[in-house]
Amino acid sequence: MNKQLLHVSVAALVLLAALIVSTTYWQTWAVGDLADRQDNAIQLVARLTVDRGKILGAGGTVLATNRKHRKHGLTTFTRRYPAGHLAPQVIGYSTAAGTTTGLEASLEDYLTGANTNLSNTFSQELDKLGGKTVHGDNVILTLRPALQSLALQELQGRCGAVVALDAKTGAVYAMASSPTYDPNLIEQPNGFAKVLRIKGSCGDSSALVNNATAGLYPPGSTFKMVTAAAALDSGAYTPSSVFDDPGYCVEYGSHVSNAGNPDQNGPEAFGSVTLEQGFEHSINSVFCNVGKHIGGEKILEYAKRFGFYSLPPLDTPPSTSQQSGLYKNGKLWFPKDSNQIDPGRLAFGQFNMLATPLQMALVAATIADKGAEPKPYLVQKIVASDGSTVATTSPQTLGHPIKASTAAELNRMMQLVVQAGTGTSAQIPGVAVAGKTGTAELGLGTVYDAWFVCFAPANNPRFVVSVVVEKQPNGFGGSVSAPIAKAILEKLLGT
Amino acid sequence: MTVPLADPYLLPMAALLTAIGVTEIYRLGPGNAFRQGLWIVIGVAAFGATLFWLHKDYRALEHYKYVFGVTAIGLLFLPALPVIGETVNGSRLWIHVGSLQFQPGELGKIALIVFLAAYLREKREVLAQGRLKDWGPLLVIWGGAMLVLFATNDLGSALLYYGIFLAMLYVATARISFVAAALGLFLVGAFGLSYFTPHVQDRVTNWLSPWSAHKIYCPLVGHDALRQDCQSYQLVQSLYSLGHGGFGGTGLGHGIFTSTSGGQVIPDLNTDFIYSALAQELGLVGVSALLLLYMAFVLRGFRIALAASDGFSKLLAAGLSFGFAFQTFVIVGGITRVIPLTGITLPFVSYGGSSVVANFLLVAGLLLISNRANRQEAGA
Repeated sequence: MNKQLLHVSVAALVLLAALIVSTTYWQTWAVGDLADRQDNAIQLVARLTVDRGKILGAGGTVLATNRKHRKHGLTTFTRRYPAGHLAPQVIGYSTAAGTTTGLEASLEDYLTGANTNLSNTFSQELDKLGGKTVHGDNVILTLRPALQSLALQELQGRCGAVVALDAKTGAVYAMASSPTYDPNLIEQPNGFAKVLRIKGSCGDSSALVNNATAGLYPPGSTFKMVTAAAALDSGAYTPSSVFDDPGYCVEYGSHVSNAGNPDQNGPEAFGSVTLEQGFEHSINSVFCNVGKHIGGEKILEYAKRFGFYSLPPLDTPPSTSQQSGLYKNGKLWFPKDSNQIDPGRLAFGQFNMLATPLQMALVAATIADKGAEPKPYLVQKIVASDGSTVATTSPQTLGHPIKASTAAELNRMMQLVVQAGTGTSAQIPGVAVAGKTGTAELGLGTVYDAWFVCFAPANNPRFVVSVVVEKQPNGFGGSVSAPIAKAILEKLLGT
Repeated sequence: MTVPLADPYLLPMAALLTAIGVTEIYRLGPGNAFRQGLWIVIGVAAFGATLFWLHKDYRALEHYKYVFGVTAIGLLFLPALPVIGETVNGSRLWIHVGSLQFQPGELGKIALIVFLAAYLREKREVLAQGRLKDWGPLLVIWGGAMLVLFATNDLGSALLYYGIFLAMLYVATARISFVAAALGLFLVGAFGLSYFTPHVQDRVTNWLSPWSAHKIYCPLVGHDALRQDCQSYQLVQSLYSLGHGGFGGTGLGHGIFTSTSGGQVIPDLNTDFIYSALAQELGLVGVSALLLLYMAFVLRGFRIALAASDGFSKLLAAGLSFGFAFQTFVIVGGITRVIPLTGITLPFVSYGGSSVVANFLLVAGLLLISNRANRQEAGA
């Protein structure tokens, strides 16, 4: 009988050994998968036991912090947003149920202290065994709360967005989106439904959407920066190239008329003008002819160099940004050949062209930065709970879409716009401002999207500002958005 | 001392397992730990009484094999009776008298092992020849037990009894063909059953795919829900408990067992699912040590079976040891998705009076057998 006994005892031990193997699988191999499961009730509580890192503005203003609770012998933390409606589309929110958006989502690993490396894994494991609270890393943003507040104030509840960048580094100083909401509402009863009902004065905007990165607006004449860049950089034109402006441009056998601009007190037809003057007064016929000559594909090629057709890199989740480019039926559209593009209308920023305020700010930043496009960023620094620096953002260049000489020519042309063209209301005494207006037709009669994209001081650019205000009746870029941009620039320049 | 030559390791190991169990039960609910303490006192008393009564010669039990067989079925049948029987989680395997709850199936297991050891010892030669007449009483008693278990939906015990029966049959007859046939029969039976009894079918589905991407009908709440929110909720949350513990565990007392709303995340945490609580708080390191302790216990048990000189002792020790190992495998294997999950207690560790008493009786049995074997060796 002993032989059988041996067999059975081996079988019993193999069964028990199999349990060690299976337990090892679940407690090492599968740990990540299990933690990521939506229905993980334990992970949900575990998330709340972490003292989530604070999110701070540039001056140390607290934008997101925690409220501490003690219940069932467990210390938990829930999120609180002292700055309320200031920048919820950028910062996002983190709920007790585990939903995260915005920076709260993309910086989750830092905020929860889950970004382990060799040096802190051991101490974290010890802390865990000791039952100590895990403290997440604090995040310091480039956003300036006072500037952000000013931007929202200037927008006065109108739908739109304001983006302010450091011209050289790409640091985002303001990223205001209107309509906005108070993220503290989200976890209140019916709070989310209340937020969803916020539509803004334009009637169809969502407070949850970051209009600065995901708002797609026809860029109108601000797109002339791209067209002019293509015209000059390719060598097809110089700023002094002469055009005849009869008040319209002939395309496909019919007239494409100039838009009525507020500074056009004289005749709508300018007659013989240079490219530079065409830019200064935002004359559509001039750019229509430029477009016809260099072709729609050339314009699109330069747009792509500036970052159209790709997501601008930013610290927020990619899902909260949109690509600028040609759109058809609500989808990004890739024309098969030049015949599908209307080069004349594309040249002045109509014809299915949609752009985000951030993208247009990056175009201006490239011109300001002598042809080098800075990479925008929101996170200045990540600091551990013990005060040690975890990561610091160093400015990066995305590329060089245009030559330095082209940038210098465009810079000068943009200065003319503010000095004597369509953007005179952005003038700041003692500071040379370079800008471009845009008054985009929406097919709604005299209701326009008003744009102003600018930088200052023009001779040594420090700040870039991009403003869009949606659906303004008789609202022009120069009259509606330029004053907002001016106020932001003044605050930044400290004048 | 009544058993001076008994194995010196078994009792300390049993004590250690009991201590681990009481500690975790205390952590999960101090009130239950007090009740468990009382049961341990009763268990130790039963342990002492057994040693005292049987220390001369436990082999006298062999003569009462049919008493044990019938007792096993009777015990299993108790919960099905009205008034004292009670249904917990769709399985009718508890009896309650006053405030006292008891799961008689645990004691039935010991009784059945005694019956099998005695019967198989007597008939092992003739059984090996495969005469139907000799199989009769065996199949009646064992078949009866299985029937009662299915009727009361105690699938965990049914699986355990099947495993014990197979192991003991193999030790007694040395016929691997019997084992193969029984395993085949088991597979066919399980397959067939899963078609006809939704209870069994559910367990298999939960085992193979506990997470569903689409909502399916959930009988618990009466509307459609994801399987992980309904049928396989307990298994899935228990896996999350293991995952949250990870390699080193959260540390004793720091595990998370209550949800954000304050409710208990895993039902039956201190009984069938105590392993997931331990795995979360002690981590892989802790529960691996626990499993090694079980292995050491089983190893000592089989050593006793090998050292015993007579067939009844060998079969009894083997049955008790294998039963102990297989019970651990059924519950921990179920929790870690090695096999479909069927509720059963983790020996010595789970909360529950009947389990504690039965396991102390099991240790008493092994000690008696080892005492006798060692005495004979010393005398020879």
